[in-house]
Amino acid sequence: MSGRQELDFSYFPGCSMATTAAESNASLMKAAKIVGLNLEELEDWNCCGSSSAQTMCADLGLAMAARNLSLAPRGRPLVAMCPRCLHYLRSVQARLKNDPETRRDLEERWGRFIPLDLEIIHFLEVLVRYAPERLKQNVKRSLKGLKFVPYYGCTVFRPPGLAREKYYQGEMENVLSILGAEPIIGAYTHRCCGSFLSATDPELVTPLVNEIVDSAVLAEAHCLVTACAMCQLNLEIRCDSRVKLPVFHFSEVLALALGAEDYEGWFARHLVDPRPLLKELALVA
Amino acid sequence: MNPPLPQEKTDGPIHEKTDAPMPIKPGERDRSLAAEVRSRSGTNFNCCFQCRSCGNGCPFIQAMDYPPNVLLRMLQYGMDREVLESKTIWVCAGCHTCSSQCPMAIDLAGVMNTLRIMAMERGAAVAKPNILKFHEEVLGSLRRYGRAHKLGIMWRYKLRTRRWFSDMDTGLKMLAKRKLELIPSRVKAIKEIEDLFQRYGRNGK
Repeated sequence: MSGRQELDFSYFPGCSMATTAAESNASLMKAAKIVGLNLEELEDWNCCGSSSAQTMCADLGLAMAARNLSLAPRGRPLVAMCPRCLHYLRSVQARLKNDPETRRDLEERWGRFIPLDLEIIHFLEVLVRYAPERLKQNVKRSLKGLKFVPYYGCTVFRPPGLAREKYYQGEMENVLSILGAEPIIGAYTHRCCGSFLSATDPELVTPLVNEIVDSAVLAEAHCLVTACAMCQLNLEIRCDSRVKLPVFHFSEVLALALGAEDYEGWFARHLVDPRPLLKELALVA
Repeated sequence: MNPPLPQEKTDGPIHEKTDAPMPIKPGERDRSLAAEVRSRSGTNFNCCFQCRSCGNGCPFIQAMDYPPNVLLRMLQYGMDREVLESKTIWVCAGCHTCSSQCPMAIDLAGVMNTLRIMAMERGAAVAKPNILKFHEEVLGSLRRYGRAHKLGIMWRYKLRTRRWFSDMDTGLKMLAKRKLELIPSRVKAIKEIEDLFQRYGRNGK
């Protein structure tokens, strides 16, 4: 694969990436640009439906996901960063394959086609599949010395409806090792962050988040790196352990290694300031 | 083996409401709910052999009144009301830890989802009203904007639960870090969203 050629993708940000985790979105765009991945935001996207929509009324969640699919231009894969969005869009696509009636009904309603062959992939998967060489060529700051816990939370591998689909594991470790960082695996990497319970029952979520962060401290990691924007937020706002570790979005660490210079704006939005750690490792000035 | 129900539940509100005496005699009750849940969730939980892997792996078990495996057994016994009025179905965050740990590949999170929706359809008492209110506020935001506007959701949620001062420092910190957008971003074709709510929403709501 030639290093300069741009690869085109549609991109579904989702509600978290567009708002509370704007720093994740910005760094993702930056990193993608550096390695020549053209992420075109899906025009007029709506909530993927995996939130309270499917929790409260299954048909509504399905229809909301289907609307997003109907907006996707043909001929390019749809990329998501939020694992929950990814899985929900995928599983709705799978369900619509077996439910032509609902699909036709929705298609007539919108006058748009719902592509059943649209490839829906996670950004990590894009990197591993299309860009490992480009990553190596573009390392500007080696992450050497950075010990991180790859925190996937619950959603990267789970939903059983998708059990027969292709499985990618350990992508954060793979990508960040290419860039020089050292994965620490002796900590909680797949324990649920608390999801919406963080808003409704914080007293329940705090001890769980503390366990996750404490396990990373015990494993002597410098930080946690998350695949999911909601996990990142919950790990930051609900941790009241004595020792708090910085929690990065995966895309921030990626963009940093690829030489991004506009990181101040991202890190200023963190509740646990990661800049002292990065300065100590001489990753930022 | 029939696992014992949690001890402290014997004088709880759930048992005051039920007319049936304990213990339950299997076979005496209508068990149609179990069949309906099986068909709507697409999950056959009759192969559950009560190994308790689901409950042992669940991060939120301490906030539930019945572990997932016990809830399945109650469902099989026809204890409809206790099941639909349990905290368990509301506390489940759908992380699928149980579903992926189950040796019989039962999608417990899928069963919880179906039970929650059926509990609302049947007007069962909601054991965790704050969680229902939160979901309703998210739905309201989705209806208005097509996307989740978190500041609006939390504001209205606080208004309805009157928990103004709990957790205020977190909210203020998030505001200070500009993590809560003041102005919601909105889907342009909002009519398409409204249309979906009319058609598929709960009672058009």
